Amino acid sequence: MNSPIIELKHITKSFSGVKALTDVSLTVHPGSVHALVGENGAGKSTLMKILTGAYSKSSGEIFYKGEKVENMDPKTSKKLGIHCIYQELNVANYLTVAENVFLGSQPVNKLGLIDWKQMNQTAKEIFASLQINLDPKQMAKDISIAQKQMIEIARAISQDAKILIMDEPTSSLSERETEILLSLVTELKNKGVSILYISHRMDEIFKVCDTVTVLRDGKYIKSLPMSEVKDVDSLVELMVNRKMESYFNKIEVPIGETILDVQNLSKTGVLNNINFNLRSGEILGIAGLVGSGRTEIAQALFGMLKKDAGEILIDNKKVEIKGPSDAIKLGIGFVTENRKETGLVLKQTVRDNISLPNLRKYTTNLFINKKAEKKESEDYKKKLNIKTRSIEQTISTLSGGNQQKAIISRWMIQEPRILILDEPCRGVDVGAKAEIFAQISKLAEQGVGIIMISSEIAEIVGMSDRTIVMREGTLAGELEKDMITSDNILKLAFGGGISA
Amino acid sequence: MLKNNSSSIEMSQNNKNINWKNTLFVIFDKGSTTIGLALLFIIMSIITTDFLTVDNLVNVMRQSSVLCIMAVAMTFIIITGGIDLSAGSQLAVSGVAVSGLIVAGVPIPLAILLTIIIGGLIGLFMGTVISTQNIPPFIVTLAMLTILSGIAFVYTEGTPIVVSDAVFREIGRGFIGPIPTAIVIMIIVAIIGHLLLSHTRFGRYVYTIGDNEEAARLCGINVKLVKTSVYAFGGAIMAIAGIVLASRLSSGSPNAGTGSELDAIAAVVLGGTNLFGGEGKISGTLMGVAIISILNNGLNLLNVSSYNQLMIKGVVILLAVWLNSIKARRKASV
Repeated sequence: MNSPIIELKHITKSFSGVKALTDVSLTVHPGSVHALVGENGAGKSTLMKILTGAYSKSSGEIFYKGEKVENMDPKTSKKLGIHCIYQELNVANYLTVAENVFLGSQPVNKLGLIDWKQMNQTAKEIFASLQINLDPKQMAKDISIAQKQMIEIARAISQDAKILIMDEPTSSLSERETEILLSLVTELKNKGVSILYISHRMDEIFKVCDTVTVLRDGKYIKSLPMSEVKDVDSLVELMVNRKMESYFNKIEVPIGETILDVQNLSKTGVLNNINFNLRSGEILGIAGLVGSGRTEIAQALFGMLKKDAGEILIDNKKVEIKGPSDAIKLGIGFVTENRKETGLVLKQTVRDNISLPNLRKYTTNLFINKKAEKKESEDYKKKLNIKTRSIEQTISTLSGGNQQKAIISRWMIQEPRILILDEPCRGVDVGAKAEIFAQISKLAEQGVGIIMISSEIAEIVGMSDRTIVMREGTLAGELEKDMITSDNILKLAFGGGISA
Repeated sequence: MLKNNSSSIEMSQNNKNINWKNTLFVIFDKGSTTIGLALLFIIMSIITTDFLTVDNLVNVMRQSSVLCIMAVAMTFIIITGGIDLSAGSQLAVSGVAVSGLIVAGVPIPLAILLTIIIGGLIGLFMGTVISTQNIPPFIVTLAMLTILSGIAFVYTEGTPIVVSDAVFREIGRGFIGPIPTAIVIMIIVAIIGHLLLSHTRFGRYVYTIGDNEEAARLCGINVKLVKTSVYAFGGAIMAIAGIVLASRLSSGSPNAGTGSELDAIAAVVLGGTNLFGGEGKISGTLMGVAIISILNNGLNLLNVSSYNQLMIKGVVILLAVWLNSIKARRKASV
């Protein structure tokens, strides 16, 4: 095997006395894809930040091509060709695709003005070499998230990246976009670029990675070639150090009356004549590619999207839902897909975030009864096992999974009849995932009708009693019980037939 | 064994060091405004002979009452992520209005009530435009700054409306028992502000909207109504400030209050309220007001010329905001 491009040896990092990383080692070879896995808070990000120079290590050594790097600061890291593509994309919306590729290093002509011709040409060449189909002259605001990600990758390539760190690159991509990204990863690998691949999605890791390093609680657990990893379960076991019987704690419950009936729901260009219903105690999965209209169904039900035609019936009665407050009054709760943008109130405490839509409940006369509010938040903290020092902690300090639990608590307190969950486990670590699914099952057991939208087909298969699959704004098909398989879902989502 | 011992001692010392540093930072985090205010107070007490006297301190408070009332309203607006640049002009309009009404023979209590209603309506108008038309508060209130100022000048034809009524003068200059009336009004406004902000749903919604408007909407909060209400409430409170000022001056002048919106904003920011919304407290604002007022008073006692005062005040504000931003960065990096 060729000699390693970068080696981290016995890295320890502590923040004011608290150890975030203890004795972690990592060896990356050129032209390989190296997965870094672990639950949220296992130290993956910290390790990457040490590599990019954002943090300085407390002890340990870093070697680049066998030579010791004394001081890894952001400048050195860049010079060595280490680039990171973060979850939050760094793309200026009102610049063109090409400008974004060369952000900060736009080619200039003799007069010192931007050389547009050369810039567009070079961008085109880079795209061609990576087999990316993107017009350099397009405005960045008009392209998809997946394409923005490609801009970032092209940017790294234009700066001659040797090591590319990808932090959850597929978390907001659809199935098909993920495929494209994964083939791009392989393309990069063939060009000799080393890739450090951080992901919660096991199937991707099995697809593209050569080696995997497992971290747990800031400690180095194991590095091994993917060929030696038996299956997903054995990898997950290393990560969580306890046997995962199943992520999904699906409980079979008797399914009741129809509580929600959606008829001919349409919105020009987005939703086309959608019909489905939901019964109490039922978990209805909505699958489909990103942009197929899944989220839009939820938004229409929650009064965020004005429908052009169609009826929504709750308990066989026609209802008008003009805004979120109408939906809430009808007993609908909605956990949105973008926690940070549309769910959390980041500067506030865990308690504030849990009680937000429920304040009316604690209000007597004019004033909020803070004792009652605290008590209920405290109850839910225990019930959902929200890991936080105190409910008075600012919510931004919690991990994604615990933030999500707080948001779910928020709606549980409302005692909704219908709970819509859009990507409930996006960016949530394995342990918290199991806990969240257990809660969803429990709610169904109590007779709540659950609509669960997910890009992770395994989640849909594992959790739903019935599944509808969306394709380009139309309902491509409905699957019952045993028919809910990855195969069938994918076929419907991509426009094929299904088989029993 | 020996080696172990010494290293464990070293460790515990290290820990002590860290703890000591941490404690210092916590104090700094929680109380930089308080510390600043205390230092300012001590320095002024030492370098001037007249600062630390009951008479002077009561005087400082009375002089700060108008600014304080304004700053309470401004705190609400800034926490929603907004701003009110027209506050100074609102002061002028309400001063002119109350004086005009009294001179026209309207009974004083009714004149005051009407003025507060006018203030509330001005706020309601701005709030409606801001929340329903999606125009940034900066622009709307900047436009209102000139419009309202214009109205005050047109109505008075540029000359102050003098109110000779002794009863009216009591608001700004009189006493309730041993305490100046203006201070009593200021305290009541601050208490109402605090209760609203920290103990009611309305207050919690104000914070939420300032932090994440979309999340607020998805939780069923009527964002437009809350925002509009904040400006309407703010307008009514600004009118109270204008009335107190007019009473102290015994006249309603179109020039009164010019530029005071900047002092109010500075006080709010000095008090630790986040200029981008979502964070802040009335208690912080009160300290911000105290810092500005004590600085004004102290510099006057030291016979610093008013031009130099401007510079010193600016530097102090910049320093304080800089400290706050260090705090914010520290928080973000933890």
